Amino acid sequence: MAILQLVAVIVILVFLVKPLGAYIFHVFSNEPNRTDKIFGPIERLIYGLTGLKNRAEMSWKRYTLSLILTNVILVAVSYLILRIQKWLPINPNGIDNMESTLSFNTVISFMTNTNLQHYSGETGLSYFSQMAVIMMMMFTSAASGIVVAIAFIRGLTSKGKTLGNFFTDFVKAHTRLLIPMAIIVTLALVALKVPQTLSPTVQATTLEGGTQQIAIGPVASLESIKHLGTNGGGFMGVNSSHPFENPNPLTNVIEMLSMWCIPAALTYTFGRFARNQKQGWVIFSAMLILFVSFLSIVYTSELRGNPALNALGIDASQGNMEGKEVRFGIAQSALFTAVTTAATTGSVNNMHDTLTPLGGLVPLAQMMLNCVFGGDGVGLVNMLMYAILGVFLCGLMVGRTPEFMGRKIEAREMKLVAIAILAHPLIILAPTAIAFLTDLGKGAISNPGFHGISQVLYEYTSSAANNGSGFEGLADNTTFWNVSTGLVMLFGRYVSIVALLGVAGSLAAKQWVPETIGTFRTDTKLFTGILVGIVLIIGALTFLPALVLGPIAEHLTLLK
Amino acid sequence: MNTKRRSMLSGEIVKKAILDSFIKLNPVVMMKNPVMFVVEAGTFVVLLMTLFPGYFGTEGRVGFNLAVFLILLFTVLFANFAEALAEGRGKAQADTLKKTKKEIMANKVTGNSVKVVPSTELRKGDVVIVSQGEMIPGDGEVIDGLASVDESAITGESAPVIKEAGGDFSSVTGGTRVVSDRITVRITSDPGESFIDRMIALVEGAKRQKTPNEIALNTLLVSLTLIFLIVVVTLAPMADYLGIKLEIPVLISLLVCLIPTTIGGLLSAIGIAGMDRVTRFNVLAMSGKAVEAAGDIDTMILDKTGTITFGNRMASEFIAVGDTTVETVAEWAAVSSVKDETPEGRSVLELMKKEGYTYPTNAVEGAEFIEFKAETRMSGIDLPNGRKVRKGAVDAVKAWVSAQGGVIPTDLEQKGNAIASEGGTPLAVAVDNRIYGLIYLKDTVKPGMRERFDQLRKMGIKTIMCTGDNPLTAATIAREAGVDDFIAESKPEDKIAVIKREQAAGKLVAMTGDGTNDAPALAQADVGLAMNSGTTAAKEAANMVDLDSDPSKIIEVVAIGKQLLMTRGALTTFSVANDIAKYFAIIPAMFMQAIPEMNVLNVMGLGSPMSAILSALVFNAIIIPLLIPLAMKGVAYKPMSSAQLLSRNLLIYGLGGVIAPFVGIKLIDMVVHLWV
Repeated sequence: MAILQLVAVIVILVFLVKPLGAYIFHVFSNEPNRTDKIFGPIERLIYGLTGLKNRAEMSWKRYTLSLILTNVILVAVSYLILRIQKWLPINPNGIDNMESTLSFNTVISFMTNTNLQHYSGETGLSYFSQMAVIMMMMFTSAASGIVVAIAFIRGLTSKGKTLGNFFTDFVKAHTRLLIPMAIIVTLALVALKVPQTLSPTVQATTLEGGTQQIAIGPVASLESIKHLGTNGGGFMGVNSSHPFENPNPLTNVIEMLSMWCIPAALTYTFGRFARNQKQGWVIFSAMLILFVSFLSIVYTSELRGNPALNALGIDASQGNMEGKEVRFGIAQSALFTAVTTAATTGSVNNMHDTLTPLGGLVPLAQMMLNCVFGGDGVGLVNMLMYAILGVFLCGLMVGRTPEFMGRKIEAREMKLVAIAILAHPLIILAPTAIAFLTDLGKGAISNPGFHGISQVLYEYTSSAANNGSGFEGLADNTTFWNVSTGLVMLFGRYVSIVALLGVAGSLAAKQWVPETIGTFRTDTKLFTGILVGIVLIIGALTFLPALVLGPIAEHLTLLK
Repeated sequence: MNTKRRSMLSGEIVKKAILDSFIKLNPVVMMKNPVMFVVEAGTFVVLLMTLFPGYFGTEGRVGFNLAVFLILLFTVLFANFAEALAEGRGKAQADTLKKTKKEIMANKVTGNSVKVVPSTELRKGDVVIVSQGEMIPGDGEVIDGLASVDESAITGESAPVIKEAGGDFSSVTGGTRVVSDRITVRITSDPGESFIDRMIALVEGAKRQKTPNEIALNTLLVSLTLIFLIVVVTLAPMADYLGIKLEIPVLISLLVCLIPTTIGGLLSAIGIAGMDRVTRFNVLAMSGKAVEAAGDIDTMILDKTGTITFGNRMASEFIAVGDTTVETVAEWAAVSSVKDETPEGRSVLELMKKEGYTYPTNAVEGAEFIEFKAETRMSGIDLPNGRKVRKGAVDAVKAWVSAQGGVIPTDLEQKGNAIASEGGTPLAVAVDNRIYGLIYLKDTVKPGMRERFDQLRKMGIKTIMCTGDNPLTAATIAREAGVDDFIAESKPEDKIAVIKREQAAGKLVAMTGDGTNDAPALAQADVGLAMNSGTTAAKEAANMVDLDSDPSKIIEVVAIGKQLLMTRGALTTFSVANDIAKYFAIIPAMFMQAIPEMNVLNVMGLGSPMSAILSALVFNAIIIPLLIPLAMKGVAYKPMSSAQLLSRNLLIYGLGGVIAPFVGIKLIDMVVHLWV
């Protein structure tokens, strides 16, 4: 029965991929279609208001620069708002201004689609900040990720030197994709009893006669975009395990599918752009194979429970329920954990810190790979980067200069891919090592030993992968952690985006190589296998030693 | 090429290579290969720790550190040896060539007088006279005269070739010898830039530049090296937090095992050996890039004559006209050809033998041979008994017979046209005033061409045949040879048009050519293979020169290019796949003392932590020399589709790369564990 819940959600996802992927294709193919009638006037209004007259196609450099400058401006405005929120309107609970390093961490965190939260939403942010900073960035960062994917896909599949116009893509990602979907999901969540109000906290009198402040607010709207945009920052500190954020198994499924559907559907969009649907499914299959393997590990590991507790004779039939919500149980918790770290959303419906060691290894590993579906847009781009790597390694073995999507992979592309592939382990492992070398870092660890390794590793992995979930248990609201994770998030997001858009630009300008029988095909089952292998070998080989000292050592010593 | 130059490995080359592997330890040289440079740096650190244990606090581990140092040193030496060996083989070839580059005295023409000067003083544009028995002093073009030249110094082919002024056989190479007659040559190269000079530089590898694919692969290897450097460096503080002290030699061992030393050590050897294979094949590639490009070829443009067909029309059938029998036609055809030395004439006699016909040999004794002339367009024989036998172009023979009052058989016209329509050439055979029949002359496809085109098709290469023949003839040959497409009545500019058309579609095009009018097309093609017998212009324009002047060799060059890329890919895959087993050897060994439960990961059941680390290192080192033969020879390559090739190579080098080190490390450990 429990397994059926897992299978059912995966099946629904598979059915969503084609229609949503085709829809996204139509949004960005820039061909006239039926939806223009609805969205066209709104977009023209936005173009008019913003003075966006020149909507010509851009080179990869211009596209990337536009993206980064837009992000920089959003960061500056948001930082200002957080620093003066006390004096701004819609602050019924009288929340104070945010401290500078925490503000830095918070705006970077939301702009990079990470949503690592070193603050607690109910006490740290005014309603205005929640809406003007947090929710705004939840839309814009997701849209940024999606347009990166679209530009990358265009680079791989179209002829010419341009990748499209950033601003029209950015606007359309909002008007045609994120906002309509967010409205639908919000309405569904409200119908399922998630609060949506601007009233201040409710004061309740407890049975003992004491008073308690119950936090409410515009939760449903935030909840919808939090997942659709693979953001993950919760309205409440405990995120989606809070009964107002995620009241029942049905909202749980809706939230999981919300964060999962866009990254998954983009594979189909890629197939449409490539005019080769098989190519899209190959990428999707590789992602799904990796996902299902990781899901099985976390599910069985949680189901078996903690061997140390089991040895004490405690009833283990329920599995490891520590840190989990009874209304979700093992299956819905394990699936949520797997989805939220695969899609690098980072919302949680259970505490990852209290997962069994092997269960905790799964979210870590998925964030280290950062391409098992991945965040909106960037996940696909990362997986395609692995595909380029796979083509380069194995393509040589058919005796030709490696080609991907009809373009030769040469030194320039490999240099840019090398930057992207180097950045990820560097920004995870180097700060982790630094944290262990300084008391500022070590001091935050609440569980010494192997689990402490996992805590620190998780924090930086989550930042680098722009996931944002916390292993928790780490006292991370200090200058050291705010600044170091802030920088990791920044590099984690933009280094690979710039490098990979560079790859797209370089590939777009290349002469197409026609396909012959001698061409190394990338739309076959064999390539799915190669892709999975490359992801595992490059990912596993890089992070295995660190994982051995963290979750694996913890697991092995628990077994004793 | 002579057998001496072909010899794979001589003791001398190996000795030189061993010496070179030590010279190459120079860090400045080593920097060019970042992967091995990291190994060398690690070796140096471990050496210091072995020499000054007191300073590093490693007194208790001198033996272990010494062992690590030695294994690391040998890892670097093995890699150097591979490169030195490949270079050595190239140098050996260059030395043979240098012997031909002796000081030659030249008869330089200045005004009306001839002055004897050393060849080193000759400049471009100088004119020299070379007579029988003399060496040609430099590369040049024959501007006057005709001579047979022995070019065996370059080609290894002992039969002399004819060189004459004008036309496609006017270019001569310095260092070759005139064996008959005398020619006037205009020198076309300055000293040090001649064909032989360039050839020496190329085979020596002195000017070797990294090819585009090598640069790309090197980038990947460097980034893998950096990744593992990060992994190893950051591991120490993490382990330290857990109270596990990781010793530097152990960390260096882990690093060296993880970085792609196998491919890093063999990469340049693969490149040099690839070039060398082309040279051994008597094809001179102007750059490694050209060889690599050959592997990527999508379209191949081949001249019909000389490449696909023998170029000579051969008798393939006797056809009777009127009321004669085939035997009679054959008999007279043979009589007419008995003293005919042209290929056509020879082929008539060969066909006779093959078909089992006979002719009266005594009838031709004392007969007078009538040579072919452009005016008569016939050849034949006047027998002692007064009968005149002729064979030749149908209309010429018809006119000759009519002039003697003969009757033209009614079916002659129709049978002749039938042959022409099939792409053949009909020759009429007549005796006095009677036409007996026809000889069907056919351009014969070289044996084995069909199979080769089939192979090319399997490799995904499209073949286009160029011929000056009419479309009918072209179609017949194309069908017979099995080429994919043809251009009939082609002019030189048609070739360029086809190349440009194919290139516009993103295809890489290879072609062969020899004439001056081929030069633009050779330059336009991605891979242009010029014949050594061809003109200087053609050779200048091409990026490869075939010293044997066998145009069909382009097919093998493509195979060598593919093999080169495959070898690189296969060894990279193997190298990366090896890491899995090495992790399973070293990771448990590193942590086993602090965390005994780690023994679960010791899946190979290695004897002790120390022996596990040493065994992984030893495996990592000896795999390099073990793979040298593979790097030199290239992985086995048979033309097949990319899907088949990939599955096969993935199985051998991918899966094999995962499994081999598990077995290898276990075996080495069984020995090493006897001591530690």
